[in-house]
Amino acid sequence: MIAGDSGVAELKFRDPSRGRALAGTLARLVDDIGRDPVSVMHVCGSHEQAIARFGLRASLPPKLNVIMGPGCPVCITDVPEVDEGIALARQGVCVATYGDMLKVRGSVMSLADAHAEGGKVEVVYSIAQAIELARKISDPVVFFATGFETTAVATAAAILQKPPRNFFVLSAHKYIPPVMEIVAEMPDTRVEGFLAAGHAATITGWGVFEPFVARHGTPVVVAGFEPLDILAGLVRLVELVREERAAVENMFPRCVTKQGNVRAQEQLWKVFRPIGGRWRGIAHVPNGNLRLRDEWAHIDARRQFDIDLHRLWDQAPPPLVQECVCGDIMAGIKSPTDCTLFGRECVPDSPVGACMVSSEGTCKIWHQYGGHPDLGGYGAACAR
Amino acid sequence: MCLGVPGKVIAVDGLIAVVDFWGVRKQIHLEVVDEPVQPGDYILNHVGYAIRRIPATEIEATLALYEELLAAAQKDDDLMAADIRSEINGARDDRR
Repeated sequence: MIAGDSGVAELKFRDPSRGRALAGTLARLVDDIGRDPVSVMHVCGSHEQAIARFGLRASLPPKLNVIMGPGCPVCITDVPEVDEGIALARQGVCVATYGDMLKVRGSVMSLADAHAEGGKVEVVYSIAQAIELARKISDPVVFFATGFETTAVATAAAILQKPPRNFFVLSAHKYIPPVMEIVAEMPDTRVEGFLAAGHAATITGWGVFEPFVARHGTPVVVAGFEPLDILAGLVRLVELVREERAAVENMFPRCVTKQGNVRAQEQLWKVFRPIGGRWRGIAHVPNGNLRLRDEWAHIDARRQFDIDLHRLWDQAPPPLVQECVCGDIMAGIKSPTDCTLFGRECVPDSPVGACMVSSEGTCKIWHQYGGHPDLGGYGAACAR
Repeated sequence: MCLGVPGKVIAVDGLIAVVDFWGVRKQIHLEVVDEPVQPGDYILNHVGYAIRRIPATEIEATLALYEELLAAAQKDDDLMAADIRSEINGARDDRR
């Protein structure tokens, strides 16, 4: 978990014997509930990535269904938002964005395609790099800002530091708490508890989930991203399900407090306001989108550029996208293997849906690691 | 982009820190983190911004929490019963 001389601490959060003990406890708890399946949802691509990378799914009890929810920021960035970035790049504006947005298809093409056609697209690790780029060149630079509140905080901080005049922001930022309400209210939902993302909660604090829990009677456990963090989070969540106790529990106390990072929240809400908008494949999410406040209109790419989407939309949309079930997968109703495109027309090198693009997308992770491997009882044996 | 990465602070200059991530050093912004950061501290980095200072003591506290969880589960009679049941069922154990 921690670099440098605390390499030992890093391994502590990956300790196999503790992991086995926690997995064993989890299996006993699920057995004790005596129902099949017990379904919980995590709302974070980083959770799914850790579950896949460390092979945790193989050690989870078969009766425990851990659904990956709409937790991948790349996947839920809506098609028209991707199109706005592409249209700007094709209009000759330099568009800087995070690397995982590059291959996401809009209605016609991806930013990578626009780049191949001569559009100006720059990949940056941080908004700070996009601002450096704007300082070096006199042409306008638009930062296509995607990601949840954790990422939006960096955008807010950068805007408050008064970037150069040729720097603009195209915000596609999303706010997680409202989408949990949507999932909880879906008629087909099987979700009995949520594993909330530790990084987003580092900003918002775990207190933000209390009204949600009170309204829906569904427990929420905040968990970190090391294998033990996730297993411990699941153990606590299943305990709450067993006790039928709707509560918020914080299993990531080394980063998350009840009130969160207040300084970050102040910057976030000074720059952004929440408005309703579509999440790709999910639904219209009230207060789910973060847009720049009027005070920052001079930085808002939507208000400073005439973004010509119609020229883009005149090209016929690819028919395959309509068969994509990314939305149902992110809502936890379907698995990647339920999709007729998965592993055939839709593969990481030529993705159809956004879930196959991002390293945090369910389909890409399942394609890479094999989803829920059938190890013929070996996984359960390890869990004991 | 949504991965958070912990690293050790090497140097601080105003609102910029040099942070070591498993041998890779990067400049990280300090506008967002809500506590003063000094060389030797650990921070959680997200897209080039520190979002949290991680006190070393809290790492041990988290591990202690997990131990408690295991201890509590072992004391629970119902859970022990479940364990015994699965032993008795032996080959018919459905936890495959």
